[in-house]
Amino acid sequence: MSQSAAQPVGTPTLQVSGRKISLDNRYIPPLFITTILVVGHFAYGILEGYERAALAIVCALVAELILGRIFFGKWLNLANAYISGISVGILIRSPALWPFALCSVLSIMSKYVLRVKGRHLWNPSNFGICVLLFLAPETVAALTIQWGNFIWPLLVIWILGSVIIWRAKRIHVSVTYVLSFLAFAFVRSWITGDPWRSEISPITGPMYQLFVFFMVTDPKTTVKSRKWQCIVVFIVAFAEMLLRLNHVVYAPLYALFIVGPAAMLIEIWLESRRSAKTGVVA
Amino acid sequence: MSGRKVARIVLVLVFIALLAVPLVMKQLASRRERANSALDATAALNRYGFHLDEVARASAINFIHQAPTLDHRLDHIMPQVASMGAAVSVVDFNRDGWADLYVTNSGEGSKNALYKNNADGTFKDVAAEMGVADLNQVGTGVSMGTVWGDYDNDGYEDLFLYKWGKPELFHNDAGQKFSRVSDKAGLPAWVNANTAVWFDYDRDGLLDLFLGGYYAEDVDLWHLKNTKMMPESFEYAKNGGRKYLFRNLGDGSFEEVSQKVGIDTRRWALAATVADLRGTGYQDLFIANDYGISELFFNDGKQFREVGKQTGVGFSPKSGMNASVGDILNDGRYSIYVSNISEEGVLIQGNNLWVPREGTRGDLLKYDNLARAMDVEMGAWSFGAQFGDLNNDGTLDLYLVNGYISADRNMNYWYDFSKIAGGNSTIISDAAHWPAMDGRSLSGYQQKRVWLNDGAGKFVNVAQAVGARDVFDGRAVALVDLWNRGVLDVVVANQKGPLLIYKNNVTPENNWVSFELEGAASNRSAIGAEVRLFWDGRQQVQHVSGGSGFCSQNQRRLHFGVGKNPRIEKVEIRWPSGKIETIKKPVFGQLHQIKESA
Repeated sequence: MSQSAAQPVGTPTLQVSGRKISLDNRYIPPLFITTILVVGHFAYGILEGYERAALAIVCALVAELILGRIFFGKWLNLANAYISGISVGILIRSPALWPFALCSVLSIMSKYVLRVKGRHLWNPSNFGICVLLFLAPETVAALTIQWGNFIWPLLVIWILGSVIIWRAKRIHVSVTYVLSFLAFAFVRSWITGDPWRSEISPITGPMYQLFVFFMVTDPKTTVKSRKWQCIVVFIVAFAEMLLRLNHVVYAPLYALFIVGPAAMLIEIWLESRRSAKTGVVA
Repeated sequence: MSGRKVARIVLVLVFIALLAVPLVMKQLASRRERANSALDATAALNRYGFHLDEVARASAINFIHQAPTLDHRLDHIMPQVASMGAAVSVVDFNRDGWADLYVTNSGEGSKNALYKNNADGTFKDVAAEMGVADLNQVGTGVSMGTVWGDYDNDGYEDLFLYKWGKPELFHNDAGQKFSRVSDKAGLPAWVNANTAVWFDYDRDGLLDLFLGGYYAEDVDLWHLKNTKMMPESFEYAKNGGRKYLFRNLGDGSFEEVSQKVGIDTRRWALAATVADLRGTGYQDLFIANDYGISELFFNDGKQFREVGKQTGVGFSPKSGMNASVGDILNDGRYSIYVSNISEEGVLIQGNNLWVPREGTRGDLLKYDNLARAMDVEMGAWSFGAQFGDLNNDGTLDLYLVNGYISADRNMNYWYDFSKIAGGNSTIISDAAHWPAMDGRSLSGYQQKRVWLNDGAGKFVNVAQAVGARDVFDGRAVALVDLWNRGVLDVVVANQKGPLLIYKNNVTPENNWVSFELEGAASNRSAIGAEVRLFWDGRQQVQHVSGGSGFCSQNQRRLHFGVGKNPRIEKVEIRWPSGKIETIKKPVFGQLHQIKESA
């Protein structure tokens, strides 16, 4: 969750009281996620302290500025890095400060290091968070609890998130994932005998809201065709089910960590084969 | 080689180096843990100044806690719901100068125990003959804990028993018998309580009583109306039990005044303690809540104000399970320790050590959580904790017990727990939606923490080294000088496990002094009295507590370690009545029994 789902698809304009207000689509997801963070924190204290989220954001921005300058020779737009940083700030849970800095920097660096044919493979914050969960489980956990007891914050986030993803032309990815998750939840319930409500319970939590709207929809780390985007996200949900049947707590994060890059590699390989046949450089 | 290529190689190397950072941090942490490898008694004494020997059986104590069996609709998660009730409190019920122990049981029909100290290294359970054993009868609920306080100022400590069920008050008849006086006292018919504290909130010389509900009081866990009795949220639950403040009217009866004085909360209280945090003479009330934020009520004598957010202790929701206070920095101020849950790879809440912020005081008092900075943060699934100077070196150490459900060692319930804990209130609040535990453990078989205060702002865990090596599901811990040797022994009550007695052997090089107070104008138990000891240019404050930790109460006697060759300057006693007495150069190495001057 760091590459904005909303890549430039035109600059939307709003007609307000006879004046035109324009807002670049790239800034809508950062604004949305910032709103979630601020409201969540003031209403429910989801962050133990501001310093952790601030550290994660600053580290992501600085890393993006430096690496962008070195490897692309320009100062990059920071919207995506901001989403990476704030996502780390929300999703990582640790009493220590260093995991926030490390996770943010690793997330951004993964975009520059883990590249094939000019494309990076992992969703940056998915990569950073999974690495920290693998390597530092004694210090780091991911957000698995809910914010608040009420249904309305949940509905507001789902509705707003859906609108934003729809404008970014990625709603099919989110919808496919949610439907797949629900279907597999019933399959899991049937297999394990656990109450079906306990199986759908995780998707009512905030981690999934961020996962559904920002991680699986990342344009830079999803395949290109709409059909295959849906198929890949269905496979992510399937892999998640397998992991859940093996009692893996962070199943969705790990499922995306495994399936996402694999799909990207296959697409890159197929593209290069096609290019080789036609003699056109992809 | 182009500059871009060099940059890429450097980038890859830095990336690999950063990936190694967590492993380096782990290595550094394991170096710190090396201090905690098992040592023999002599080596532990030499290195840390004390060693613990578990002597329950040798002391003729063979108590095993039993858990209740609740409504059959909770069968699938019974170990989780019926997971509390092991408690211990310290009292000298017959005023013979030797500390006795009261231990609760929680199986239906099981017996509580009152271990009378025989003054020869052994104890005898006299609960049955004293009339305080058979208190878990079917239909009355089961015991969760006790606190002792002399509510009628007759010189003998009386017993308040809180339960998931009918709370009971027993009058101590001169150490010969206990008489049930719950009806006269006006106690409620049913409270699902896990904490209670005696304190004189209005300083009228009579002990009042705070009682904190966990499950809502209309829930009978043996006869559920429905299964929607679980918390509505893992971190924001407000559907727990109500709170009670019983004002002592002085005639054996109490008036319930919680709403009137501003204590109105339905969070899931698991531990409460009181201390005069602002130096006003009135004791403030701290409540550690499960499934939510902690609450701090400033006491203005007649009214309480909730100031959790304002002071910083009540913002981030966790799973509070302990509240104990101690002057850990020897600066005459109390820090507050709250235990929470940490499980590797799943949930890292970390325990909280709320230390008063430098330069803040009075109503502007603020706290910072320094648990990480002082290395007392990671206690696994933590429950009871107590501050006390275990090696008499002049600084307060911290003993923490932990472990939730030790069942099948090879299977754990954490995945299912995390699945449901993240759900919306409609899902989490109904026990029927919770997956079956099927004999699995949930943070079981955990190693305890004995954190030694180095006096310079750090604690080091020496539990294994000094002999605290049990892995039972610890709940309550109490510190007490069981054999009048000038040391703090440790008593641990374990859920579905044995009562443990850790006899403390302390290096004789370190000195001590202790104080036993008796109020006159103040309540006779002297609960709330503060003793401030000045020695070697240092000072430490302690207070007589009417309940602290988790379901426990330490000895009333105040024990100070003072290190090697101490030069004790003075002792200042501030009684709850407001009187201040000073003793110049008290002799160390002995107990001082002090009565408040009339």
